[in-house]
Parts: sequence; C-alpha cells; structure tokens
Amino acid sequence: MRAGGGESGRVASPGTDAPLIAVEHLTRYYGATRAVADVSFGMRRGEVAALLGPNGSGKSTVLRCLIGYLSPTGGRVRLDGRDVATHPVRARARIGYLPEQVTLYPDLTVRRYLRFVAGAKGLRAQRARAAADHVLETCGLAAVATRWNGTLSKGYRQRVGLAQALLGDPDVLVLDEPTVGLDPMQTVELRELLRSLARCTLLLSTHLLAEASQLCQRVIVLKAGRLVADDTPEGLAQCLAWTGSVVVRIDGPVADVRAALGAFAGVTSVDPGPVSAAAGTVYVVRAANPRDVQARLAALVVEHGWTLLEIRGEEPTLEDLFVRLVG
Amino acid sequence: MVPFAALLRKELRSYFGGSLWYLVAAAFLAYTGFYLHSDLVYFLTFGFGMNIMENFWQLVFFDVRLVLILSIPLLTMRLLAEEHRLGTLELLLTYPLSDQAVVAAKFFACLAAVAALLLATTTYPALVYAVQPFAVGPVAAGYLGLVLLSATCIAYGLFVSSLTGSQVLAGFLTVMPLFLLWLLSWNEAAVGADTVTVLRALSLFDHFQSFSVGVIELRDVFYFVFLTAVFWWGTLRVLEARQWRGRR
Repeated sequence: MRAGGGESGRVASPGTDAPLIAVEHLTRYYGATRAVADVSFGMRRGEVAALLGPNGSGKSTVLRCLIGYLSPTGGRVRLDGRDVATHPVRARARIGYLPEQVTLYPDLTVRRYLRFVAGAKGLRAQRARAAADHVLETCGLAAVATRWNGTLSKGYRQRVGLAQALLGDPDVLVLDEPTVGLDPMQTVELRELLRSLARCTLLLSTHLLAEASQLCQRVIVLKAGRLVADDTPEGLAQCLAWTGSVVVRIDGPVADVRAALGAFAGVTSVDPGPVSAAAGTVYVVRAANPRDVQARLAALVVEHGWTLLEIRGEEPTLEDLFVRLVG
Repeated sequence: MVPFAALLRKELRSYFGGSLWYLVAAAFLAYTGFYLHSDLVYFLTFGFGMNIMENFWQLVFFDVRLVLILSIPLLTMRLLAEEHRLGTLELLLTYPLSDQAVVAAKFFACLAAVAALLLATTTYPALVYAVQPFAVGPVAAGYLGLVLLSATCIAYGLFVSSLTGSQVLAGFLTVMPLFLLWLLSWNEAAVGADTVTVLRALSLFDHFQSFSVGVIELRDVFYFVFLTAVFWWGTLRVLEARQWRGRR
C-alpha cells in the first residue's frame, strides 16, 4: 500500500507506458477552504480505478479538475502529456464525464438530447444520429428514447447521464458517484453496464466500498483532500491482515471466558459479539495473527471444560480499511 | 465548428420549438402594429407631403425600438440563468466547446430570434410601399440600426444572465437600465442638462438616431459593435471565473 499525500502514486516509471492521466501535486482551494491538498496519482490506458472517500473528502473536486471544469490552485492534471488547464477543449474531447447530479435539459427528448450531445462532441449529423442510437441501445434507453428528459426517473436519468458520457468514444470515462440515489436493482444494472465498458480508462468516485472493490482494479483513498492510500483492493486488504478476527461461540461462564481469551497469547482485544437466542455467548477475538489464534483456541476451551459451539475466522474487509484510514 | 453548430441548433430549437418566442412575437407585433397605425394616422393628418423618413419612419423606428427593449430581456433572461438554475452548465462546459463557442451560440440564436421579430415587421414598409412607393435604402438603414441595437441589448442581457441563476432577476436587471436610458433619451427634465449631455453621448438611443433617419454613421456602427464586444467579453470572464471559484 502506498500511503501519504503528495507521493507520485502509479505514475509510470521511465521505460514503461506513459500514464494516460497524470495528476501531479493537485491542490485546490474554494476561497480560504482547502478542498484538495497535494494529490498525485497516474492512470494507464484501460485501468479502472476508484476514488474512495467520505463526503467532503475532495473526490468531486479532483474529478472536476481532471475534466478541466475547475482550474487547480496548485499542481496540474495532464492527459496524455498535455496540461488539461491549458488545453481544456482538446482534453474534453477525450473525456466522457458523468457529474454527481445528472442534470438534463427537460425540454428535450432523450434521443434528441443525445443527438445534441453527440454534435457537441464533434460528431457530424449522420454519425451523431448513429452514435446516439448506439448508446441508447447500450445503456438500455431504447424504451424511453422519445420521452422528455424532465419526466424520467432517477435511474433513467443516471443512464442518460452515462449514455451522454459514452458519446464520442472517449478514451477516459470520469464518473462522479455513478450509483448514488439508485435503488438496489438499478445499482446492479449500472454496475453490469460499467463492467461491460472494458476498454475504457475508467475513474469513478464513490463512498461505497463494495462498489470500489467490485468494479475497480485499484482504489485511491482520499481523506480531507489528501491521498492516504493507493493500491489494489486485495493489496489494501493484505496490508490490513491485522484487522482480521475470530468469532467464537462458547458455552461457559462469561467473565471467566473473557478473562481467559483476553490473556491468550497473541490476542489484542475481546469484544462481545451479537446476542442471539442460540446457546452460548459470542465473542469477537481480534489478534495480530487470527489464523494462529483460531488453531489454538479450541484447545483452550477444552482445557477449561467449556463447550465450543462455533468458531470461524473473519477476513478483513474494505470497511475495516476505510475505518482505519479515514476514521 | 460542429460543436458550435450543435449548440446553436439546440438554442434555436428552444426558441422556436417553445411557446415563449411566439408569445413575445404576438405581443411585439401587436404593439408595433398599433404604433405603426398611430404613426401613420399622425403622418397623414399632420405631415402628409413632408419628408416621410423624418416624419413617419423615424417615429416608427423609435416606437419599434421601445418595444424591442421591453421584449429582448424576455428572450435573453433564460440564456445562461436557466443553465445555472438547472445545473446543465457544468455538463455543457465539459463538452469540447470553448467558452467563446457557448457564448457565440447563445448570442447568435437570440439574435436570430430577434431578427425574426424584425423580419415580421418588414410587412409594415411593404404595405406602405404598395400604397405609396418610397426610397427603400433609408428604411433599410433604419433596420440595420435596429439589428445593431438589438445585438447590443442581447449581449448585455446575456451578460446579466451569466451573473445569476434567477431568470426573473436576469430579466429585471436587463430591462431596467435599458428602460431608464430610453426614459432619459426623451425626458431631459428628469436630470440636469449637463448630465443629459454625458448620458446622451453614452446612450444606446442617441447612437440610434442617425439610423432612424436613414443615415449610417460609421461611428455609430462602431459604438454598437464595441459595446456588444464589451458585454461579450464580460460574459466570457464570468464563465471563466467558475474555473477559479467553482462550487463544492
């Protein structure tokens, strides 16, 4: 795991492919408030990454600087070697962007809106029509093609937002909280759609850990505008092996059991587990090496004459990571 | 050029595909038609046989000008204020369109909408010409003046519209100064004589004077073009400012 703001992240080393996106020491203030501080990372072609962080951590600001909508207060963003702030129109021609709040012209139908966007992205009449029809199909919008944007549900608006981002065959897709506000079914459908966009370089922001781990090869974690971690979901989980725990259900005197577990070699803490109607009491045992503790715990229970009803190891999750990094 | 054309088409469609332009056009033609009628009655009663340009068409152009300054804010107020309010500006400015192209598309779409209104009023001289032929050139010069004046008012309205997310406020802030300038152009008693001299030198309406009598003065053309460019520049600066200011 790479940790700490201001590092170079995954910017390619000399001799390898240059990064398609290079965010270099990006800093952005809103008045006196610092939203992003010295954030650096790079992305290669075809990479799928998530910007992860709680609300107000600077995710949207990073994305808006990346698409050239906002100018950085310090540092810069380069797309294929060119500074986005000094060549915004050229950069935008290669980026498809889905804002956090998808706002559409209510007085246009879905098809007409997508044709307009195709034209605004430089496609001429025939190609604009064909491209609009293609994304209507890809995003499952054919059924609502003739409906007014203003009458669409949140789920369809989000799809139209994604469809407009896909128009013009962008090299890079930048999606700001693409599944926020969707119901579970719509979320699953949208994730499937995103998975099907294999050849795009995709950077999405989210505060949903499951989304990041399901969709992305890489997770960049922001906290209060600073980059605090940048690795694969698995890599991050490995670094947090210590957060693993053993859940054990034992029938025996609670105080004695807790004392014995707490004194057990390698155990760092013992917490009460969820209360259930089943026999025995559940304890959550955290340890530096949970697998080792799990193997020796059964012997301890037998030694004291208690009854071991259940024992299982719990792998660290991204939730644990998130709490540790930004909690 | 293709992105600009796409935005221009969308803007034209929102004018001519919606109801607002038709309502404005109906009111515009009703008022200008009424003024044409009353000016014609005035001319036939008191000025028949006199110079038709100074005694009839000038009055008509002054009246059309007044109706224009009340109509144009209704057409400009939505241009950028609505984009701000809906939040569509963020997405629009992430397409490969320069800020200049966005301003140009909105400006020329509105100019086309106003030009269509003026085009409809060309039936007035056509009707008069059918009854009594007159020199067409000076009247055409008057129309050129109206187009230039409209362009300046549109550029000002677009600038005001870029400052706020409220269409009502944008409309109000566009119409009030224009109306005040019009008021001062004929009511010298409202302010001191010295102030009037200064205001007249700056006023949109005094620079329209020569056009209304069929004369094209280059300095007046330059004045309108310059003022249009100033407001256009101002709008670009406001759009550019979002990059530095932004919203969280």
